[in-house]
Amino acid sequence: MAALRVLVGVKRVIDFAVKVRVAPGGAGVQSQGVKHGLNPFCEIALEEAVRLREAGAAQEVIVVSLGTKASQETLRTALAMGADRAVLAEVAEGVTAGPKEVATALAGLVGRLQPQLVILGKQAIDDDCNQTGQLLAAMLDWPQGTFASRVELDSGSVRVQREVDGGLETLRLRLPAVLTADLRLNEPRYATLPNIMKAKKKPLEVIPAADLGVPGGSPRLKVLQVQEPPPRAGGEKVENVQDLLGKLRQSGRI
Amino acid sequence: MLRAAAAQRLRRAVSVLRRSQSTLVVAEHDNESLTPITLNAITAAKRLGGEVSCLVAGTSCDKVASELSKVQGVAKVLVAQHDVYKGFLAEELTPLIVETHKKFNYTHICAGASAFGKNLIPRVAGKLDVAPVSDIIEIKSPDTFVRTIYAGNIICTVQCDEAVKVFTVRGTSFEAAPVSGGSASVEKLTPPPPVGISEWIEQKLTKSDRPELTSAKVVVSGGRGLKSGENFKLLYDLADQLHAAVGASRAAVDAGFVPNDMQVGQTGKIVAPELYIAVGISGAIQHLAGMKDSKTIVAINKDPEAPIFQVADYGLVADLFQAVPEMTELLKKK
Repeated sequence: MAALRVLVGVKRVIDFAVKVRVAPGGAGVQSQGVKHGLNPFCEIALEEAVRLREAGAAQEVIVVSLGTKASQETLRTALAMGADRAVLAEVAEGVTAGPKEVATALAGLVGRLQPQLVILGKQAIDDDCNQTGQLLAAMLDWPQGTFASRVELDSGSVRVQREVDGGLETLRLRLPAVLTADLRLNEPRYATLPNIMKAKKKPLEVIPAADLGVPGGSPRLKVLQVQEPPPRAGGEKVENVQDLLGKLRQSGRI
Repeated sequence: MLRAAAAQRLRRAVSVLRRSQSTLVVAEHDNESLTPITLNAITAAKRLGGEVSCLVAGTSCDKVASELSKVQGVAKVLVAQHDVYKGFLAEELTPLIVETHKKFNYTHICAGASAFGKNLIPRVAGKLDVAPVSDIIEIKSPDTFVRTIYAGNIICTVQCDEAVKVFTVRGTSFEAAPVSGGSASVEKLTPPPPVGISEWIEQKLTKSDRPELTSAKVVVSGGRGLKSGENFKLLYDLADQLHAAVGASRAAVDAGFVPNDMQVGQTGKIVAPELYIAVGISGAIQHLAGMKDSKTIVAINKDPEAPIFQVADYGLVADLFQAVPEMTELLKKK
């Protein structure tokens, strides 16, 4: 059990507190000069992996990402949070990689690094896809424990509590398996300054994404247009509860 | 003249294309009844213009299959009943869907964008080696879909060039298909052999007499301003007067006031009721993503600067501990 190796996929995204805008020309969103960070769900995935290692249930935590050179910074943050080493599947600036390309790269890395467990976030807060973990599990023919809010490793299997629409459910998955982290799985730690310094010395390997089977051609999903949603018409303030109920009755809402 | 002829040719080509569409909707159910979001997914599927089939897989399917066969717009109901579908595991359902696709060769495969659909549909896409499209809010043509990104702050139109389009449908963006007037044929499928790499152990569902959150006409939601789980009773009392479902912000869930399945937002449920009443909720981007398509939004908050007032049609700057009980009392009188 102690020989378990965990792979954690992380994504560099625009910081969750930034109000995103469509870039001039409408081809995408403005990302130049905008604060980026680790996708919050990826932080939770990483925290869980580090906790498994600290509890002696896992031996090594490898953090991986598909992205441009800028993603090295994200991987360094992940190393500062406790990952042992990092691998960047690098793509050139301007290459669009969706969940399918990322899952392909991850499947390639699973082949090379031989983890028994892969933990991802349940979704990235930029594309809001919620697909990569499931795609990867399909490609590997591994079981999937999505939207996990509790993870317990057992000999040869993992018990996963999942957040589903009506409440919670529990599954047992045979290892190797893919998990995706939901918000309530844990509370990620902050990277401390000494750990940020230590992280600079940890190994970070760069592999061209093409070497992992990620196709370089035009993706089969094309973004035709991005736009901002129509703004809501400005509302009004009401004086008191009676006034509020009067307005709601008038507009037929109650 | 020339242009008119070209347009006519284009129309004909489009209509030929449409006739050859065929869509498989994976039905979500609990072995007793159909989950409402499936009806919204059927409406989306009908919009594609081709024949719509529904797949019911479960340990007990007869009731749901007969329910589905009456839904308007469904041509065929495919039924796979087997104990292996206990817990609706994606590992077991995926081979069934792939086999069914091989047999009938669909152009589109979809499900509602619920926890069930989000878990299953990308796995199916992975097995078919195609890129899926998540949580679509509009269908422009059989290969062009609209969806939101960045927590609903950006609307994105995508063209999918895959041989089979695999997608999930945002329930609140499509009307529910009528549950009568249909007369679909029902066909039994032979389930493929069990995969056996995952096992369903148990579930703990939150019990409630109130309407289901994602399909309720009125939603009353509470945030950090409620201060405790006990105080949510104020919202339950108000909700009872309005026949409303009760939701919550992430802050209220994280503080342990209410269970997580009540969370409305980017990482919780997306709702678009006729009336959304946000009580003690500041209106973070994350929360707005889950409710800003509501027809009328009411905000009750004592902070006049709270961002929720920027999207609220009616805003009341007041202490919720006074305003909410007063509202409940006034509603009781009429």
